[in-house]
Amino acid sequence: MTSMLKKMNKNTKSNLITYGIVIAAFIIMQTLISTGSISSLLEGLMVPLCYYVILAVSLNLVVGILGELSLGHAGFMCVGAFSSAFFSKCMRDVITVEPLRFLLALLIGVLVAAVFGILIGIPVLRLKGDYLAIVTLAFGEIIKNLVNVLYIGKDSNGFHFSTKDVMALNMEADGTVIVNGPQGITGTPKDATFFIGFILILITLFIVTNLINSRDGRAIMSIRDNRIAAESVGINITKYKLMAFTISAALAGAAGVLYAHNLSTLTANTNNFGYNQSIMILVFVVLGGIGSIRGSIIAAVVLTLLPEMLRGLSDYRMLIYAIVLIVMMLFNWAPKAIEWREKYFKFGRKKKEAVK
Amino acid sequence: MALLDVKNLGISFGGLRAVNAFDISIEKEELYGLIGPNGAGKTTVFNLLTGVYKPDSGKILLDGQDITGKKTIDISKAGVARTFQNIRLFKKLSVLDNVKVGLHNKHHYSTFEGILRLPGYRWVEREMNERAMELLKVFNLEDAAHVDAANLPYGQQRRLEIARALATEPKLLLLDEPAAGMNPNETGELMDMIRLVRDNFHMTILLIEHDMKLVSGICERLTVLNFGEILAQGKTAEVLNDPQVITAYLGE
Amino acid sequence: MSFISYLINGLSLGSVYAIIALGYTMVYGIAKMLNFAHGDVIMIGAYTSFIAMTQAGFSPAVSVIIAVCVCTVLGIVIERIAYKPLRNASSSLAVLITAIGVSYLLQNIALLVFGENAKTFQSVIKWKGVSLADGKLNISGETIVTIAVCLIIMVVLMIFVQKTKPGQAMRAVSEDKGAAQLMGINVNATIALTFAIGSALAAVAGVMYCSAYPTLSPYTGSMPGIKAFVAAVFGGIGSIPGAFIGGLLLGVIEIFGKAYISSLLADAIVFAVLIIVLLVKPTGLLGKKIQEKV
Repeated sequence: MTSMLKKMNKNTKSNLITYGIVIAAFIIMQTLISTGSISSLLEGLMVPLCYYVILAVSLNLVVGILGELSLGHAGFMCVGAFSSAFFSKCMRDVITVEPLRFLLALLIGVLVAAVFGILIGIPVLRLKGDYLAIVTLAFGEIIKNLVNVLYIGKDSNGFHFSTKDVMALNMEADGTVIVNGPQGITGTPKDATFFIGFILILITLFIVTNLINSRDGRAIMSIRDNRIAAESVGINITKYKLMAFTISAALAGAAGVLYAHNLSTLTANTNNFGYNQSIMILVFVVLGGIGSIRGSIIAAVVLTLLPEMLRGLSDYRMLIYAIVLIVMMLFNWAPKAIEWREKYFKFGRKKKEAVK
Repeated sequence: MALLDVKNLGISFGGLRAVNAFDISIEKEELYGLIGPNGAGKTTVFNLLTGVYKPDSGKILLDGQDITGKKTIDISKAGVARTFQNIRLFKKLSVLDNVKVGLHNKHHYSTFEGILRLPGYRWVEREMNERAMELLKVFNLEDAAHVDAANLPYGQQRRLEIARALATEPKLLLLDEPAAGMNPNETGELMDMIRLVRDNFHMTILLIEHDMKLVSGICERLTVLNFGEILAQGKTAEVLNDPQVITAYLGE
Repeated sequence: MSFISYLINGLSLGSVYAIIALGYTMVYGIAKMLNFAHGDVIMIGAYTSFIAMTQAGFSPAVSVIIAVCVCTVLGIVIERIAYKPLRNASSSLAVLITAIGVSYLLQNIALLVFGENAKTFQSVIKWKGVSLADGKLNISGETIVTIAVCLIIMVVLMIFVQKTKPGQAMRAVSEDKGAAQLMGINVNATIALTFAIGSALAAVAGVMYCSAYPTLSPYTGSMPGIKAFVAAVFGGIGSIPGAFIGGLLLGVIEIFGKAYISSLLADAIVFAVLIIVLLVKPTGLLGKKIQEKV
């Protein structure tokens, strides 16, 4: 019994440390911002940091906990961003209480992303390995493409939809265009703040860590470790795969809501909602340690700040970023490098625990 | 009535009859052995009984319930649990959590309760921990409860697989070469453990094994499989003295 | 007539995809990794040829040969430095992320060396092509040469893999590295050779792609790279005829999608077809079905 308590403490302790790091980081940054000792450029990065952390943690649920490779995470972010921005723009003058409006937008973004998670998850999760990965990439690209041909307008008769152009909406004179194809949505209220982002990170952490340490989380991880054995003890593979995938999509939706409400113009392009972004998030997860929540957070923060810190090097910064990425991967994962580290440093043991 | 009643079970893979006209009838709390040379179709029989493969012909009755052609998960819920020839543990989960995955369908709380840590979560988790520790004690694994399954020594991994299977509270336990890779000492301990499981859990056990000492030591009845067909069936001592069986094992 | 000309354009684009996909599929078959940097090797190939023609004044044919040489060496170097150390890593994701790092690296090197502005690529094909049906149907020289080159490469690769010693070694390594090693096959050399061939094909594809679509920028390779990856999966990744068929189909679907449905949705259509194919045949059109042994 005592050893069991010890174990529970260990898990809880590890989670508490993660919460502690996040809270401390928030307080430090908030203090720096309020005393004006931080560049406005860096200050502008605070909300992006928050959504990148949420994206990384939520993708880790699929990649690290469920053990499936997803290359379409940005697609769910896109869905969350557009559905919530659509809502907020429509309600801009109807609901003037900002927090309430944002809360409702958040719920809508999360819900729509979750629905997409289920709809996409059902076919995708039948596939395996790299085939699953390429299909998630395909869905992500399809979502991005569809958003770019979507036109929605509103007039006294209600909503009008088209996939051609604004003229095809056939609106009355009083109509306004809300979603304007490749130009996306303009005039979303900038309701997202660093504080809201921070709260969303805490909620994400709460959901993901508690899920992992529960009956459902164990079922998900058992599928990752050995699908055939999981089936043999009566674990419903489809149900738990879908659960992990959907929760992950919903959280990515929340990140999308944050993204949309941090910009006045929302468009979908390769860099924000395309596979480039999905891959970027995957880099956070793998570099932070597959399955390690705290690692995902740290990697997301470091890799988002790194290009900014290297700004002084101007043209060379992305080059250095790429080299750093390759070197870190080799250093962390190459069997020879691990052997070398274990021989000369005491890193080996620590690393193993972090990966858990 | 027999606990497991199999009639005329068969399956082909691309023209090859892997198992043909397989009959078996196992009584409650019986310790039954399935033996035969390599490639005779023993593991295929296990895969048919657990729904990994769908049989082409035949019928499987578990405690009177027809489970022929059902999905693995439904057969697990109906009360069949198994271990694997090539050990299949949840390697990155702790020993305790491996057993708790086995308890999954016997102890419930909702996802919601789990994420919000509601009282239901705390109660059921405590229950599961206690139950899992009891099982680990039976297999002398309680000290390793918090070790990752991948880090267990080989013999303990085999025992953990049995503990995990028992956690599903099965009516029938299928053991696929439980003594493979064990030294004579470990095999001896394992024999005691299997007997203990049968007596304490009132378990019906069907096991595949090559170790004749174990087979003759604990199995009450045997079925010998050769080239997918039943070669002999009956009381252990009689079967092992059957000249046909001896030929099949030792060659001409 | 427009239908036939779309079809021919589709086959031409498809041939480029097929050439890239052939390289992709060989590398995947042997290294079991998604080489995200493959598209950027295409871009390097195109730039090399471009520089050789415009700055050094070489003839188009020589510039293609130079591009092939540069990319072959590049492919071997990338494999040796970035991928080989991770061959036995505990997670297959490690080498995937490294490949992404290599992709960023190549793009940023190109950005520094050649600048951000797109260059106008001069076609390496000087032939005007043929005009059929009283000038109603024009087939450009690029189109004909691309399709021909693709066919030749496919046939040569098939013969190479089936009939030659190194080709058989490749098949052996892709089936089972350990067993191949025990049979005395030099696994490292075989893998390096595969990367060399894949990268050489990427160079050819880069030149053909840019001859047909003449804007060349550091990001030119990434979309064709992804498309070719889709083509390889589509046909059944690891299969040479699969990559060929997948590439051609993809090109035709893309051009038809652009012409008849919407140019903005062409990519979405390509991806949708991929999804449908994989849901019906989970390992692609010609892929092998792998059953996990219990």
